[in-house]
Amino acid sequence: MTVSALPATQTAAPRSRGFDPTWLLWIVIIAVLVFLVVSPFVHLLVTSFRSEKTGDFTFANYIAAYGRERYVQALLNSLQLGACAALLAGLFAVPLAWAVSRTDIPGRGLIRTLVLATFVTPPYTGAVAWILLAGPNAGWLNKIFVALTGAESGPFNIYSFPGLVLVVALYSYPYIFIFTTAALELVSSEMEDAANILGAGTWRTMRRVTLPLALPAILGGLIICFLEAIALFASPAMIAIPARFNVVTTQLFQFFGNPVRVEVAAAYAMPLLVVTIFLVVIQRLMTRRKGFVALTGKGGERRPIALGRGRWVLFGYAMLIAAMSVFLPYLFLLQAAFAKAWGKGFTLENLTIRNFRFVLFEHATAPSAVAHSFLYAAASATIATIIAISVAYIVNRRLIRFADGLGFLCVAPFVIPGVVLAIGFYSAYAPPPLALYGTALIMILAFTTRFLPIGYVNANAAIRSLNPEMEEAVRVLGGSRMTALRRVVMPLLKRSLFGAWLLMFIPATRELSSAIFLYGPKTKVVAVMIFDMSDEGNFEYLAALALILQLLTLPLLWIGQRAIGRDFMLRRTAT
Amino acid sequence: MSKLILRNIAKSFGDFQAVNDFSLEMKSGEFVSLLGPSGCGKTTTLRMIAGFMPPSAGTIEMDGQVISSAGAVVPPEKRRMSMIFQSYAIWPNMTVGQNVGFGLEVRKLPRADIERRVDRILEVVQMGALKGRYPAELSGGQQQRVALARAIVVEPEVLLLDEPLSNLDANLREEMRFEIRRLHDEFKITTVYVTHDQSEAMVTSDRIVVMNKGRVEQVDPPHVLYGKPRSRFVAGFIGRTNFVERDGATYSLRPQSIGLSVAKPAANAVEAEIVDRAYLGEHWDYQVKPLGDARPLRVSTGPNAIFELSQRVWLEIDPAAMVRVEA
Repeated sequence: MTVSALPATQTAAPRSRGFDPTWLLWIVIIAVLVFLVVSPFVHLLVTSFRSEKTGDFTFANYIAAYGRERYVQALLNSLQLGACAALLAGLFAVPLAWAVSRTDIPGRGLIRTLVLATFVTPPYTGAVAWILLAGPNAGWLNKIFVALTGAESGPFNIYSFPGLVLVVALYSYPYIFIFTTAALELVSSEMEDAANILGAGTWRTMRRVTLPLALPAILGGLIICFLEAIALFASPAMIAIPARFNVVTTQLFQFFGNPVRVEVAAAYAMPLLVVTIFLVVIQRLMTRRKGFVALTGKGGERRPIALGRGRWVLFGYAMLIAAMSVFLPYLFLLQAAFAKAWGKGFTLENLTIRNFRFVLFEHATAPSAVAHSFLYAAASATIATIIAISVAYIVNRRLIRFADGLGFLCVAPFVIPGVVLAIGFYSAYAPPPLALYGTALIMILAFTTRFLPIGYVNANAAIRSLNPEMEEAVRVLGGSRMTALRRVVMPLLKRSLFGAWLLMFIPATRELSSAIFLYGPKTKVVAVMIFDMSDEGNFEYLAALALILQLLTLPLLWIGQRAIGRDFMLRRTAT
Repeated sequence: MSKLILRNIAKSFGDFQAVNDFSLEMKSGEFVSLLGPSGCGKTTTLRMIAGFMPPSAGTIEMDGQVISSAGAVVPPEKRRMSMIFQSYAIWPNMTVGQNVGFGLEVRKLPRADIERRVDRILEVVQMGALKGRYPAELSGGQQQRVALARAIVVEPEVLLLDEPLSNLDANLREEMRFEIRRLHDEFKITTVYVTHDQSEAMVTSDRIVVMNKGRVEQVDPPHVLYGKPRSRFVAGFIGRTNFVERDGATYSLRPQSIGLSVAKPAANAVEAEIVDRAYLGEHWDYQVKPLGDARPLRVSTGPNAIFELSQRVWLEIDPAAMVRVEA
């Protein structure tokens, strides 16, 4: 050998097992995850059993929380809302998913785009639009009905239980759509051909082969929809309260009113938490059940099923759903945003840009709320990305013992509804010594925890796609693990990490359910602002602000699609 | 002095004993293959030599210094070895030139030196024209050559290859095994080659270690392994063979050491019947059942020795070709 630039002396010092620097890393990551995930959860539990006055152990909070009939009624209302909304969303989503992934329905790209548009519309924006559309008397649908029929008043009233179910279903059906298309796209045409050649027609094949294969995914989507519906705060607050009924989340909000009864709120949040954990476990077991993963991976060739004239019927159905979730809501949001008074209708005199000018420049808190939303979202998405990639790397490369436990902590917040998480953060960090209530930090940390599971699932998938031999090749050629990370791992994961960042950043800019419990006078975010405006009935300003938020999201979606491919937003929850 | 010594190496994962009491001494510049079916512990052994895994027991020494033991391991980046991986592990974010130059860069060679040596090694592996390309633009065979160049350019103390040809198609695989041997003859790097393909091992190696279930079955040059297999496993794994039981002992009898004829030959002949046959172009593969014996023997003949099914033939067996093996 002529050249061996690594000095020979280095080989003489085998590394012993005495001090292991990975311990330091282990401690840091454990500490961060305890702070973000474990401690709020533990505080939530402890607070629910603590006397407000004396701090002693007590069941009094539970007695207070479930002692009144209307509190118990609110729990039942939530369950009913979840069930009805999930079923209605299923009626919207399943035919659409089947049509888009398995048939020759026209405008498949358009339909997917419209589902995406629905998906990125925050539930509170949709709820406001539906108040404009179907408010009693003044709502546009009622006015049109009166104009057409000459009746005294229109039949639509959004301020009702069915109204709430409709609004919730309209903006959560994309979850079922995503799960179902993902499953259907894995069923190969050959499986259907096999049924055809044995004598089964199109309808029988769908009923006996295709749908059963997709069933676990559909049920999984229904469960996620149910959980979304019971965890939702904004739409119930805007619709149920005027309709004089409560659900769990609005009741929790009232416990948080003046004076704050966090102990009772913690006790009252428990059923929400238990139901969510229970259903998530069921959903995981169902989609992982063996046999249904028979979807062979390659999927084989897929030919769309020819529907003949039926395809136009299905297309009409898709457009009806799109009209209810996208076209009509945005049309009347636009009208309100550019109107002096939204009730005056589409006239030139009514047209103005005053609302945009006002919320962007003149309003006391709206401009800073926009800035806060994007700032907090960026900070929390960045922190969560760093945690997610570090833990995912450690777990996949088995760098330390009990690494799987760290991975579990990263996905655990998925089962904690936003309002419950906020109560946990409040109990853990609002009191001294940290006294973080009303600070930007508590908002950022709560958002980080809330969206960490999305980041972790994505970071984990990214690292799994990376062959460890790529890094071993660096090591064996003389580079350290750090060199491998810097020169190979990071350059290769750049795109997927950016994707993970966006997938957390976008929902974080519109997060309401945890923000509403944690914001202070100086840390209002757009979502809270919109919620306040709906309370005050300022629908023109509100529409302008909601549209600004949507407009700011568009370039992010565009960048995301360029960087990590079409449909990236829709694919995320299917994991 | 021996270059690399593995002394009683063992590796267990929980209750599973992946490698058991493995010992091997390699001379400087020697090419040794670890050959065996999947799960025999060959890759585990290679990864222990590379330093990716500590042994559960035993030591590994290079140039007389212990580099691996159960308690302490020199990390891979300090061993001055290099390795070619099953997936090639070509970094897709770097060009061919950057991939090959990486090891030299880590060794902090001057820029001009790096360029000169990269250019030279790329010429050797016939990839000179593709220095600026990215790996995604290369075929499997070209990526393989980049991996070879990247491993050899640093002039490692030991070169490790982990089933490097298993992802190539049959023609390329045959070409590359000669290429690997050619590069070895040119650079004389001490090489450990892991494969499950016996012909790969036979073409490339000075000696072959046949492994089975974590244990060494036999270590010998290729022609000795084939001609004098010591165990039933080795005889069956290297080439095809018949096992014949005689006087309580087992013998291996290669199909091509049996003669077939219509007329009765002089001595050591047994009458038999053709029960099955297959024509493979380069030879005939017959199943021949000795009269009064239950088990047929496999016999290989030239393409022109044609016998019909059920035909009576004479088997001629050279006693010297019968090799006694351990059961």
